[in-house]
Amino acid sequence: MSQREEIIGRIREALRLVAQSPGHRDAPDKNRPIGASPRDWLPSVPSDSESQIEAFARCSADLKTRFIQVNSLAEASAQVNKIGRAEGWNLVASHRAPILEEALSNIGLPVLYIENTNADPERADVGITGCDALVAQTGSILLTARSAGGRALSVLPPHHLVIARESQVIADLPAAFELLREIYGDNFPSFMTLITGPSRTGDIERIVVLGAHGPKTLTVILVKNH
Amino acid sequence: MVRIFEKLGHNVAFDQALVCCGQPAFNSGCWREAREVATHVVQRLQTTDVVVVPSGSCGAMIRVFYSELFKNEPELEAAASVAKKTFELSEFLVDQLGVTSLGSRFPAKVTFHDGCHGFRELHVKQQPRQLLEQVKDLTLIEMEDQTSCCGFGGTFAVKFPMISTAMGEGKCASALGTEADFLVSNDSSCLMHLQGLLSRKKEKLKTIHLADVLASF
Amino acid sequence: MPSIFAKQFKERSTKLSADLQHRFWIQKSLKGYEKNREEKRNRFQNWEAARQSAAETKWEAVNHLDQYLIEFTDKIGARGTKLFWASTAREAREYILNLAQEKNARTIIKSKTMTSEEIHLNEALAGAGYEVIESDLGEFIVQLRREVPYHLVFPAMHLTRGEISHLFHEKLGSAETDSPEELTMIVRRKMRAQYCKADIGISGANFAIAETGMISITENEGNARLTTALPKVHVALLGIEKVLPKLNDLALFLPMLATAGAGQQITAYNSFIGGPRQSDEVDGPEEFHIVLLDNRRTELLADPEQRDALHCIRCGACLNVCPIFRNVGGQSYGTTYQGPIGSVITPHLRGLQDWKHLSSASSLCGACTEVCPVKIDLHHHLLHNRRNAAALESGRWERRAFRVFAFLVNRQALFSGVTMICRFFQSFHRLISGTKADPLRAWTATREVPMIAPQSFREYWKSRQK
Repeated sequence: MSQREEIIGRIREALRLVAQSPGHRDAPDKNRPIGASPRDWLPSVPSDSESQIEAFARCSADLKTRFIQVNSLAEASAQVNKIGRAEGWNLVASHRAPILEEALSNIGLPVLYIENTNADPERADVGITGCDALVAQTGSILLTARSAGGRALSVLPPHHLVIARESQVIADLPAAFELLREIYGDNFPSFMTLITGPSRTGDIERIVVLGAHGPKTLTVILVKNH
Repeated sequence: MVRIFEKLGHNVAFDQALVCCGQPAFNSGCWREAREVATHVVQRLQTTDVVVVPSGSCGAMIRVFYSELFKNEPELEAAASVAKKTFELSEFLVDQLGVTSLGSRFPAKVTFHDGCHGFRELHVKQQPRQLLEQVKDLTLIEMEDQTSCCGFGGTFAVKFPMISTAMGEGKCASALGTEADFLVSNDSSCLMHLQGLLSRKKEKLKTIHLADVLASF
Repeated sequence: MPSIFAKQFKERSTKLSADLQHRFWIQKSLKGYEKNREEKRNRFQNWEAARQSAAETKWEAVNHLDQYLIEFTDKIGARGTKLFWASTAREAREYILNLAQEKNARTIIKSKTMTSEEIHLNEALAGAGYEVIESDLGEFIVQLRREVPYHLVFPAMHLTRGEISHLFHEKLGSAETDSPEELTMIVRRKMRAQYCKADIGISGANFAIAETGMISITENEGNARLTTALPKVHVALLGIEKVLPKLNDLALFLPMLATAGAGQQITAYNSFIGGPRQSDEVDGPEEFHIVLLDNRRTELLADPEQRDALHCIRCGACLNVCPIFRNVGGQSYGTTYQGPIGSVITPHLRGLQDWKHLSSASSLCGACTEVCPVKIDLHHHLLHNRRNAAALESGRWERRAFRVFAFLVNRQALFSGVTMICRFFQSFHRLISGTKADPLRAWTATREVPMIAPQSFREYWKSRQK
């Protein structure tokens, strides 16, 4: 018998006895009405785009994500340059995606494309990526190995900068998982992630320090009406 | 308690044969021995209308844990019927009798400790406060960490005395922080433990049972 | 005869509960957490309903564990993941050791996984000559100090920045500093090189999604992302109970884990890994291995009364609210899983006889059960463990004592007699109270004994009847 069969066998044997249903000790009013969905008790989110963007902006402020709203790709490009000059970038790492083309072609700095062989984003000052969605409820960025240039690009450089479209703003976490299925069907990338704020740790005296291992700075540039 | 109920015009009975609900044995895992005690209790209380207990932990034992103790035992039904009619003092006065004012007077600053069994097993929280609110000249000051455990825990207090003491010291500190004259609770075991610590430290804060406060008329 | 573990626990817990500095430090830490947790909990439209939903989802997963495990492994295996089913800790360790040997590994980097602590993986790897580095800041710190983690989620919460600075100065040669930020940067810089040079990255997983065949890893630092992105080989070690049925379940579990565990709405990184690097992907490990661990979980599964303990999502909320944990600290427990959940499951995973004492070291206040996001009946399980332990041979003395107790309390005349005798002796007791001769020393060392009332209630009642 294989090890899998052994373990499954033990599980099946164990499950022959039935366990009590959850919350059996609680008063019935502590239990949710049947047929309700997680959206009924997760934090509420407004349904219109403008309010969702506001919610994302509020979360970003709490998380110390720099959130910039622009009206065109050209403006986005200008913002990227501005930040790059202020931070003194020497090398930019990125990936090939239509939304990034304009900003990258105007950046005036060497760009390391992750698709190139032996590309090592470790030396870059910033990783510029696209994404799959911005989640208003939590201020999160949803991205995958396919939409954001692999696994390392968005986490290795000390600054992660995302350019997103207004149409990518979605309401909440349930919507995020639904979207993944819409975009990828059954053929998921091997890596997908929800990024919420810069990297942080509270391990020293529970004091929050940014940039523990992942990026210390996270910037999201939202191109409106796009 | 007797004075309270007689003031309200009720017929109070006390059965001398009843000494203990069996919780010490139950909490130590000696359920067979606990059942010996609990069976005696259940039998003696079969014909009473209502049972009122001035203790959250004994109340919880009868109302919540007897059904577990007697699971798959012949006495289960009898135990369940007793459980249904057993109440802790403050929940009985407020929820069952609809009484919050007893005409009591207790001129002092007090703070209230929620005993864990009463609070978490019987969900008693508002009732003692509603009663205290109606006591003339009494000021209730809530302490920080109202619902954190005093550290008594039955045999826990002597099996792990240092942990029990540390927890109690934390609770005493919260109580002393209110600068109240009295520390009130609806559970004598909590009060005994906290008074023990307060007396050892020669603190002026005195513990007193809710029933004694309410019966001051 | 108490087990050696019981003796150690008694010693350590007695020492630490009396340590006022430790008490003050830990309570200060946890106050901050409580404030944040309250705030995030209040953002939920209905936290209690969320708990019930999470409890039901985990009930479904665990009570159909065979079905969901098969679905999970089939789906994740179809994308090139290598699967290993380990019945015991030893099998899991051996698999990983063999893999390291096969790959001629030299350096192994790890992200936080309590499961690896459970199987004592680090010692085995270090013993076989591999360099093992913990990348999580808290784990890195306790690894340097050669200590066990203080807390499931916050391994180094017992240390001050001064102690950490001194540690780094000694072991890493860095300059002393009292800035948490600088201390963090010291570790960040050190880790950079390690991620790139490590041959194998070992991670845990918070959840295993059956529907889509993925593991989900929750973190704040980004070290798990790096550990699972850069090395050529990634091994994920997880208990079989980590399964969740559907991808959408994460929409509920990720915020609940973050809220209950860390007082955050959601953590910085929640990553879903479904296989090794795919052909159209630019980076990622070439090989992805999953080691599924039983290690007596199936025994706990076979106990329908306590099966819900397997619903645990390892958030650490029960530790945070437990008054015992707050006073004795996580290292006193002497075993991988601390606090209430640890006290509940350790007898099942490591033996009741040796570990029953943890279930007795509780006042049964119920704060743990109240806070658990998946509604595990924690404090009642402590009672169940006590009942099971009392039935052991070693419980016979206590059973006998309670038989005497039962005899006494069921006969009120006897009980009244005993009361009178105690009343008589209590004045003598005052003389020896608190001293070594005092049989009540466990109480009187720190507390006064109440005087027995001059007239007991039953005496009063009797006099009324006349």
